[in-house]
Amino acid sequence: MSFLTLEKLSKIYGDFAAARDIDLSVAKGEFVSLLGPSGCGKTTTLQMIAGLVEPTTGTITLDGRDITRQTPNKRGLGIVFQSYALFPHMTVAQNVAFGLEMRKVAKAERDERVATMLGLVHLGGFAERYPRQLSGGQRQRVAIARALVIQPPVLLLDEPLSNLDAKLREEMQFELRRIQQRVGTTTIMVTHDQAEALSISDRVVVMEQGRMTQVDAPYRLYENPATPFISSFVGKMNRLDGAWRKGAMEIAGIALPAETSGLSEGQAIALSIRPEKIALKPAGQGRLDGTIANRFFLGGSWLFTVETAAGAILVSAPNDGEEPAREGTKVALDWALASQRIEPLAQGAAA
Amino acid sequence: MSVGRSAATPFWLVGPGGLLFLGLIVLPLVLTVILSFHVYDHTTGIKNEFTLAHYAAVFSDDYYLGIFWRTLRLAALTTLICAVIGAPEAYILSRMRDPWRSVFLLVIIGPLLVSVVVRAFGWSMLLGSTGLVNQTLQALGFDSVRLLYTETAIVIALVHVMLPFMVIPVWTALQKLDPMVEAAAWSLGASHFTALRRVVLPQVSLGMLSGSLIVFGLSASAFAIPGLLGGRRLKMAATLVYDEYMHELNWPLGATIAIIVLAANLVIMLAYNRVIETRARKALG
Repeated sequence: MSFLTLEKLSKIYGDFAAARDIDLSVAKGEFVSLLGPSGCGKTTTLQMIAGLVEPTTGTITLDGRDITRQTPNKRGLGIVFQSYALFPHMTVAQNVAFGLEMRKVAKAERDERVATMLGLVHLGGFAERYPRQLSGGQRQRVAIARALVIQPPVLLLDEPLSNLDAKLREEMQFELRRIQQRVGTTTIMVTHDQAEALSISDRVVVMEQGRMTQVDAPYRLYENPATPFISSFVGKMNRLDGAWRKGAMEIAGIALPAETSGLSEGQAIALSIRPEKIALKPAGQGRLDGTIANRFFLGGSWLFTVETAAGAILVSAPNDGEEPAREGTKVALDWALASQRIEPLAQGAAA
Repeated sequence: MSVGRSAATPFWLVGPGGLLFLGLIVLPLVLTVILSFHVYDHTTGIKNEFTLAHYAAVFSDDYYLGIFWRTLRLAALTTLICAVIGAPEAYILSRMRDPWRSVFLLVIIGPLLVSVVVRAFGWSMLLGSTGLVNQTLQALGFDSVRLLYTETAIVIALVHVMLPFMVIPVWTALQKLDPMVEAAAWSLGASHFTALRRVVLPQVSLGMLSGSLIVFGLSASAFAIPGLLGGRRLKMAATLVYDEYMHELNWPLGATIAIIVLAANLVIMLAYNRVIETRARKALG
């Protein structure tokens, strides 16, 4: 079942652990993203899989074989580097053919496979160009073609879209997913962009300070973040600190009903709720009253900052074609009880 | 309307540099060319008559042609050895971590701070019949070899002096290289050696070629090293010119040889540069 398995994988530099106890099993054909801020160990993990960094401890198993100590040129994995690392002195076709040449594939077959692969990434007419004559998006596709043409068991992508501008990045996300699904290659992508990870992965691995903190499908990750860090890193999140009093949550003197049980009187708690789960109502008709401090038009939606007695709260409302309430308007915030999450704060952390 | 943006501005700007170039390079060269056509008489010296006799003499005399051939051969050999040693040296240097990289870069550039004459004397002490090299050979039970005043000594010292001029351009080229391209080649199944040969080498070849150009040009016109390590008999072009000027006092003949060396060097380097440029345009843009 599991195609690629990482067991207790760690990389320690002196007394700094770049990655600690990474346990992950990836099924064949799956698209898994390693998500985290820079320095969280995601790239180190990818490089250990690629064989470019030697793990301090732990094992990597690919299709039942232990490849932990194998050199990168024997692993046969396809890697797309952040800088693309195309060979500047070779044409697009020569770049793509390089891996096949190393595998001693006959010229005729090589040409055919290169042509097929360039067709797949929509670069059929660019075979004789040099990388410098291509745009960023085209270079990126050459890098993908070069990695995929060797039919690797696993494709590793290191921040593949970070060097592209916003519009192109979105296009390439779909493109990447399309190619991956077409070829069916097991793929591991490293990214710091949560939107990218959520949109194209089957599963997302969130990493913090060298450790994995949550492995889940994108929508579950978004709805049920395991730690406060994940809730703030993945999507936007409102967090209100308060205390549990008389079966309700009390924040700045306002009681907010909750369905949670098992909390002791006076315990410090945090309420978190996503901006798009909150509705704007006329003043006095919601759970919490406030004043609109700011509004941003994002095209598909509006993002409001509402000043309330409990602090500033972000509210996102879909753009229904009408101009919504302006800055300074008194409003009330309302939300379904099911969309709020209440967590007890650790003792000491509340102070 | 726009003051100071007149057509003369560029000329004013290049003026000082141009004057320096004219006064210190073009003028002496023109004078040397004119001098090379003057008639020379052993009893009366330079005469105000013109002749092609010096050129004819140089091109028809095996003595001169032999020295030119040696100059060319030794310069080419030095260039080749510098490329073979310098390119890996630069690669190793680029792979070092920081404190060591700075230290070894200094070790490589350091010799440039010492006068060529001093370094040539150093080599003559090492390579002499009772020098360190021969002492070591004898201590190990070998016969002593004659190194000083041979072509070998000249090439050894030239390589030593010229190596930084090869290492630095190659190093610069390596700096521009994406360190991940090598990893990319490995991931595609290339061994370390293949990755170096197919991916790294072609990208630094431009640096190697420009390094060769510098090394060849400087070696072919080297004076102090062949003068001190080649001795009185083993001459190269520059020492020959010196002898004609200072010992024979035949300035027109010296000028002729200098001009021929200059022209030959120019032709070789321009042809070489052309090769580099076509390659560069093709591969690296």
